[in-house]
Amino acid sequence: MTALVSVEGLKVHFPLRSGSLLRRGGSVKAVDGVDLEISQGRTLGLVGESGCGKTTLGRALLRLAPITEGRVVFDGTDVSSLGGRDLRRLRQEMQMVFQDPLASLNPRQSIESILTEPLRAHGIAYDRRRRVPELLDQVGLPASAAQKYPHEFSGGQRQRIGIARAIALEPRFVIADEPVSALDVSIQAQVLNLLEELQDKLGLTYLVIAHDLAVVRHLSDDVAVMYLGGVVEQADSDALYADPQHPYTRALMSAVPVPDPIVEARRERILLQGDLPSPADPPVGCRFHTRCPFRQETRCDTERPQLRLVGPGHQVACHFAQDIAAGRIRPHQVTPDEAAVET
Amino acid sequence: MSSTDPLLSVRNLAVTFVVRGQPAVRAVDEVSFDIRPGQYVGLVGESGSGKSVSALAVLGLLPSRGVQVSGNVLYRGTDLLTQSDAEMRKLRGREIAMVFQDPMSSLNPVVPVGVQVTEVIRRHEHADKAEARDRAESLLRKVGIPDPGRRLREYPHQLSGGMRQRVLIAIALACSPKLLIADEPTTALDVTIQAQVLEVLRELVADTDAALLLITHDLGVVAGLCDDVNVMYAGRVVESSSRNQLFAAPRHPYTGGLLASIPRLDAPRGAPLHPIPGSPTQTIPWDEGCAFAPRCHHKIDACLGTAPPLEPIGDRDLRCVHPLDAKRPTTAEAGR
Repeated sequence: MTALVSVEGLKVHFPLRSGSLLRRGGSVKAVDGVDLEISQGRTLGLVGESGCGKTTLGRALLRLAPITEGRVVFDGTDVSSLGGRDLRRLRQEMQMVFQDPLASLNPRQSIESILTEPLRAHGIAYDRRRRVPELLDQVGLPASAAQKYPHEFSGGQRQRIGIARAIALEPRFVIADEPVSALDVSIQAQVLNLLEELQDKLGLTYLVIAHDLAVVRHLSDDVAVMYLGGVVEQADSDALYADPQHPYTRALMSAVPVPDPIVEARRERILLQGDLPSPADPPVGCRFHTRCPFRQETRCDTERPQLRLVGPGHQVACHFAQDIAAGRIRPHQVTPDEAAVET
Repeated sequence: MSSTDPLLSVRNLAVTFVVRGQPAVRAVDEVSFDIRPGQYVGLVGESGSGKSVSALAVLGLLPSRGVQVSGNVLYRGTDLLTQSDAEMRKLRGREIAMVFQDPMSSLNPVVPVGVQVTEVIRRHEHADKAEARDRAESLLRKVGIPDPGRRLREYPHQLSGGMRQRVLIAIALACSPKLLIADEPTTALDVTIQAQVLEVLRELVADTDAALLLITHDLGVVAGLCDDVNVMYAGRVVESSSRNQLFAAPRHPYTGGLLASIPRLDAPRGAPLHPIPGSPTQTIPWDEGCAFAPRCHHKIDACLGTAPPLEPIGDRDLRCVHPLDAKRPTTAEAGR
């Protein structure tokens, strides 16, 4: 299996200016050393809570966020070193679907104009009367939509338009950043099914960024879990959900409510204490040790764990993953004071 | 649940918004439900289904101009809709308290947290400053805020989202209300923080013997917390049932459709989703039969005649002419 996209040691740091509000210097380490591979035709799901750097990572792949260090290789080309015309050409291959369809569509532009703008921007010749209805049809909208404006559509339909715009350039790689989180529950499934259908039809490779583990689980072949700028666990979707190894993944999965009272009553819950530490001043050692119920006296607060293989294709960044899995380490209570973080 | 009298009994609640020059919008209509003491009741629906407006109407928090509220909201036998503003003020916070969705916009940004927590205690229980402060501190500790003494001196922007929501819960529970209304209390929060806040709600509300009306769009949250569930669609309750019956075999096609369209964490990968076609309507079209009929896969001709009433069918209340079969095997049942 060849990797279409590979990310090596990626870091995105945003400098903190010493102004009136933020007096200390330093930087926000939004993405801090991430390695990922996405194979042709597959879907990688990226999950994590707000502030973990998942959106920044997605944007950095398209060079929409500045890369501080590391490489992003797309089909053999190093994206991080490209500039100007070469970067533009490469972006035809990589497109993005945004979270809020209303905010990402210009309210004063007709749908036809929205859908053909990428083609115009990249100087691609197209037949308006053929291409626009074709795109609308691919996302399940009638051809009559072309002359309308974004406000005339419902949330789900707007997201379909956002998807049509993303595939207008016939990209090979699409990043969907929270594609359904702004939609009503009964609409989400329509958009999820559409994304799957387009992948089958067009042979797309996806990076799906979401905070909703069930959504990611539904769409993804592989899943990477992010915490505070780093990937803490990465595996085949089935393996990850059947046997989560990192304490954070376990806590995250146990926190997702399941619409079934019988399952809810039976489930073991791991409650995390405290909030996400600030990415401007991440904890030394394992980023998660301040909230981890399995924290040990040694290593956790001194040595940052690297991703390592614990099963076929299953990588975990935890010093004690095997001991936890084997039950040799029991969870202990983390007091809120211990986990408290300055905000 | 015991057969005690309901603490809150909402009967035929209707809310109409009148805007000059535009047709009136009936956001909520024929909404009836009961909450018994200590019971946890869920009000579930998508955006625009009228769940928040119902809650605001119960508390008398809707503006008096341009809004018509009718029906009965009986709290321990008193109709809240006929109470004066002064009487309602005495009630709110002391008997019935509310937790809102967005903790940033419901806390005053320029007033320290401590003042906002003690305000309720001082106003309703006439406690002096020192006593109110002590109680505020122990409240914050109870909802799991570390170092409460320092936090009380801070402003809302200095707290994280999860902590702000805990502060709101602390304020709501300050005078040990009999009924807590929580409107999407965890929607703005991350899942691990959501789990913390739900745990606080579950424990503290149980400690104080309060009843809880939980308003949410998340069926997962309801499944973990509520005894009874009312599902709303287009301003009306369409299915009202005990939690276990509802999730084991949803009988309104809308409830069934919602459950079939949500990706579940414990479902096998590639399990197909069955979306509900179309989108929720913005106007409330119950005049020509069932409002859900245009999206319903189970509709028959009779659905388009007159609007169905909410009536007892089998083990629950349903507003449906042609409900789903009572014995439909679902994953919930198969898992037993």
